[in-house]
Amino acid sequence: MAEWEPVVGLEIHVQLKTRTKMFCRCANSFATEPNTQTYPVCLAFPGTLPTPNETAVEWTLKLGLALGCEIAARALFHRKHYPYPDLPKGYQISQYDEPLCLDGRFTLPGPDGDSEVGIVRAHLEEDAAKTIHVGGATGRIVGAAHSNIDFNRGGTPLVEIVTRPDIRSADQAKRFLQLLRQTIVELGLSDAEMEKGQLRADANVSVREAGETVYRTRTELKNMNSFNHIARGIDAEVRRQIATWEAGGEVVQETLDYEVKSDTVTPRRRKEEADDYRYFPEPDLVPLEPAAELLERLKAELPELPGARIRRFEREYALPFYDAEVLNGSAALAALYERVALDGVDAKAASNVLMNDFVATGVDPAVVNAQELAKVIGARATIPRATFAKALAESGDPEFKADAYLGEALVADASELEPLVDRILADNPGQVAAYKGGKEGLLGYFVGQVMKETEGKADPKVVNDLLREKLG
Amino acid sequence: MAITRDDVLHVAALARLELTEDEIARLEVQLNDILAAVGKVSELDLSDVPPTSHPLAVVNVFRPDEPRPSLPLEDVFANAPERDGDHFRVPPTGETAA
Repeated sequence: MAEWEPVVGLEIHVQLKTRTKMFCRCANSFATEPNTQTYPVCLAFPGTLPTPNETAVEWTLKLGLALGCEIAARALFHRKHYPYPDLPKGYQISQYDEPLCLDGRFTLPGPDGDSEVGIVRAHLEEDAAKTIHVGGATGRIVGAAHSNIDFNRGGTPLVEIVTRPDIRSADQAKRFLQLLRQTIVELGLSDAEMEKGQLRADANVSVREAGETVYRTRTELKNMNSFNHIARGIDAEVRRQIATWEAGGEVVQETLDYEVKSDTVTPRRRKEEADDYRYFPEPDLVPLEPAAELLERLKAELPELPGARIRRFEREYALPFYDAEVLNGSAALAALYERVALDGVDAKAASNVLMNDFVATGVDPAVVNAQELAKVIGARATIPRATFAKALAESGDPEFKADAYLGEALVADASELEPLVDRILADNPGQVAAYKGGKEGLLGYFVGQVMKETEGKADPKVVNDLLREKLG
Repeated sequence: MAITRDDVLHVAALARLELTEDEIARLEVQLNDILAAVGKVSELDLSDVPPTSHPLAVVNVFRPDEPRPSLPLEDVFANAPERDGDHFRVPPTGETAA
């Protein structure tokens, strides 16, 4: 049986969270009543002219720099023609053969070293309006009686990022998208929440036998709205293509939808005519020539990016890759970790507490007093488990002080614990016999009983010593 | 390069125009005339001239990212052929751009 290798490239759209739309000054916010954020420009009234949003252009350049792209000396907007009602001009203002950002490289840290994903381009365009299909059983296109259009989203700034086919597994695709999202969020360009459609990704998928140097026919996979669905969709399509080739068939170039419920892909209805976008330079907009001083400023503004920060955490705090990756899942958590670790708490212990117990509390890491939290984490072995948990849960309060929790010390006095230990052993003769018969794992059971009776306030080390002495 | 009958039909389909046989024949002639007129340019040696995407020697025209009020709904819908509540109502579409 041949060994097959998936070959995946991604096409990502990101909504920028500028204050206004791309080509008119309507507020860029569509969480409002339909069609209330509209203007003659984004409604395509005749005679209107687009005026480009300077911030959207700068943010696209900033993202390009973060992706290691070359910035074009000269870029153009083009018209891309579509006949659909969600683009009332009859075309989308996009970029074609002279985009703002070209030829980048995105480093993806992994447990077994870095991998690199090439970036073909990153360009700026306007989003289409939202279409709501009315009537018909499912609210989908098929069977709809008519469609309603809400132009609030129409004309909002959208960045398109296209990767090279450098991705070799569904898991790598998912991890790339997660780190790209994290990078975009930390740059402050978008909230990039997939479930809100602020980040959308399509995958170009093909497979080839190990050792082959050319690419086989690819398909385009759409309709995936979470990182997990993207990974599952790619896996499903890879399985389908391998089965097709192995059965002696031929993969044809087509667009497919991933159906979550059945975990399968289904072809979209094929169009009668091939797309004919009739791209040409947008005559209403002048060329873009990013100035050297602007690019210098944007470069200087770039913060440490999450990919680099993962590697630094591994290095500086001697953390396993997994820890470094989880802690860098948000800039605020990473910053809190650094402040706690620099406050003298054991780096790995601090990581364990933050990744697990702290994250489970749901407290916003941005509001926590790190010094006080560091004190609590440092004293975790000497305070009751329940008190420790309470401290973490309350660590977001403005009044949070470690001393309030450290006062409650563990009961470490053996003479105080001894009567309780005796009673528990007397109450459980069966377990005692089993322990003495060799089931030494039962020690944990007895420790648990003591903890239960003392509400977690007994010093586990003293309890262990007492139990061993009595049972030994 | 000449415009053929197929080109006319293709362009008409893209523009969602329904043409009569007379119109197809007339447009084929007219489009060829226009192409021939514009084609005069190719008699010049333009090998050193970059393609002109814009007639003005201006670049980097922007506006600041500051919102201003949108249109009132009665103006938004003033010219709408059909309205469903506060939505534009259109025939069912098989495709969307996004």
